[in-house]
Amino acid sequence: MSDARSEILGAVREALSKTAGKSPNLQGASHVEANSRLVDHPVNLIPARGRLGKKARVDLFIREAERVNATVARVSSTEGVPREVARFLAKNNLPMTLKIAPETSEDTIPWTEQPLLKVEEGRADGTEHASVTRAFAGVAETGTLVVLSGPGNPTTLNFLPSSHVCVVQASDITGDYEEVWARLRAEKSDGDTGDFLPRTVNWITGPSRTADIEQTLLLGAHGPQRLHIVIVDD
Amino acid sequence: MESTTGNFKQNASKALADDKLKAALEKLSEGFPAKRREAAARLPEFEALRDQARDIKTHVLANLDFYLEQFEARVIEAGGTVHWCRTAAEARSTILRISRNAGAKTVTKSKSMISEEIAINDHLEHHGIQPVETDLGEYIIQLRHEPPSHIIAPAIHLSKEQVAETFRKNHTHLAPERSLKEPRALLEEARDELRQKFLSADVGLTGANMLIAETGSIVLVTNEGNADLTYSLPNTHIVIASLEKIVPTLEDATTLLRVLARSATGQDISVYTTFCTGPKRPDDLDGPEDFHVVLLDNGRSKMLGGEFHDMLRCIRCGACLNHCPVYKAIGGHAYGWVYSGPMGAVLIPNLIGMDEAKHLPNASTLCGKCENVCPVRIPLPRMLRSWRKQQFETDKRSTIGRKTLRAWAFMAARPWLYRLGVAPVITVLAALGRKRGRFRRLPLVGGWTQNRDLPAPQGGTFVARWNRGERP
Repeated sequence: MSDARSEILGAVREALSKTAGKSPNLQGASHVEANSRLVDHPVNLIPARGRLGKKARVDLFIREAERVNATVARVSSTEGVPREVARFLAKNNLPMTLKIAPETSEDTIPWTEQPLLKVEEGRADGTEHASVTRAFAGVAETGTLVVLSGPGNPTTLNFLPSSHVCVVQASDITGDYEEVWARLRAEKSDGDTGDFLPRTVNWITGPSRTADIEQTLLLGAHGPQRLHIVIVDD
Repeated sequence: MESTTGNFKQNASKALADDKLKAALEKLSEGFPAKRREAAARLPEFEALRDQARDIKTHVLANLDFYLEQFEARVIEAGGTVHWCRTAAEARSTILRISRNAGAKTVTKSKSMISEEIAINDHLEHHGIQPVETDLGEYIIQLRHEPPSHIIAPAIHLSKEQVAETFRKNHTHLAPERSLKEPRALLEEARDELRQKFLSADVGLTGANMLIAETGSIVLVTNEGNADLTYSLPNTHIVIASLEKIVPTLEDATTLLRVLARSATGQDISVYTTFCTGPKRPDDLDGPEDFHVVLLDNGRSKMLGGEFHDMLRCIRCGACLNHCPVYKAIGGHAYGWVYSGPMGAVLIPNLIGMDEAKHLPNASTLCGKCENVCPVRIPLPRMLRSWRKQQFETDKRSTIGRKTLRAWAFMAARPWLYRLGVAPVITVLAALGRKRGRFRRLPLVGGWTQNRDLPAPQGGTFVARWNRGERP
């Protein structure tokens, strides 16, 4: 396929070189500006909506998440998470069983304090009703959760079960998406390669939905029908 | 995909006579534009973001070769493979080869317009591999063997009764007496049917809303979560995307995402926005072992630098369809190919040729609404006019049409002659039409008066009235 590659790139270069100079939009083949854009990854205009102090930011996050049909609860510490999750399951008449991400295991969340809860770690296989994962961040501007894949946080848990519980620290709730990219670059960069992205970054804004039949909005198309966000104050 | 674009006039007439379609389109034209307006009103920076979105895409196109190479290098570093394909045929055989190597019996798919463009489903099926569309709308039209009628709402032309009928015909293993009256029941049935397909698929085929040069990531945007089940469950993830989907950085992708959903469905952001980079990592518990990106040209490099260069900014939001009076009257199928509405009328002739698509650039009132709502400000009316001009120059119009236009141009360039010719016609029409105030039929313009009346002129020509000192 190397033929196709050089032919396509050749055609692109030829088209651009012909027009370079003719149009102010086409600057030709030097790519100096393009290269520095990749290196510096400058931020563009960021809406003012999320630029708030911590308390107002968390409040905005909650409002926006509820606006898109997520439910939100706040607990004062990680110790409060199991009780809140049990309450959520009971309220929705769901079985007291959970498939949880290894990152939310007993080491970090005291599940055994809720003896009725049956908790299992691992990826989803389609048989579970409810899952628990941990968000790397929340974004106030749209009530969005940012969930990273990894050994401790399997992607399938966010999508296969019909109820998804996601735990996020209040201090991880940012105003805008750009702050999350900045945090990822700062905290996750590999010393050797500079890579900072996991296999999958999922932005999740409310539970799954479709309006494909007569524009009728229905929740729970393929992904979860319920998204319950537990904010841990810190 | 096989095109019926050449039959546009017949397709449009058929669509206009279809009451079910009319009802569906009315619902669409009430829904999407109002939601877009509300979303835009909620974000004071929306117009400024549109400017930036336009500038990002313009910058990408001017450096497309550089960004494509950067993207490729990052995909390879992340452990993936990039396949460059010049034509739809090359892309089809590449996807078939990868699927065969993966031992695939079933390929789950999330909605992708490029996959429609290359007609991958028929190709896979022909070679014994079952493609399964997983977006609810796409699943419905796949069962009906129809093309999508809208780029983001493919089954928008169907009523729930039609969907129920389709499910009864296809899901024959289910109890025939089950109730399928409500959209909820239809959704539940499709969800159950597709669940098994998701879990047993060998390959997941997705499109990409964007390709990020900085990181080699591909971006997927859905509301259903079907794309996420498509790439996370099978062993192999294939992405098919055309060249112009590239954006420089995560920050640039973020800016485009801020205008995409708002323009499309009027959501601030779609439910699921996903950034996939390479195959699964060594210790991950799920995700694909293999990651392939099929980069398709299929006519894009030819558009670059030419008259239709700006069309390559398109991010496929569908706003121009939702606001187009012609689309709202005839729906998407009349356009006869994968794309429709104003973006389709500009893009289709570029991709399948003007001979087949000659009617499309004329299927527009040039009202300009499409450009007004386009998140990346593509001058669609200007490009539709370009096509018309090319048609005129290359003799694609009828002789009568050409002669009439020539005569009009001759007159219009000579105002005294124009006035001399028009004034008596106006006087005669005014006299004849005084009683009724309008004409039901007129000689020479029977086609025009067939569907509407011509109001009788009143008070002489515009110039005459202006000279008399009348002012609006």
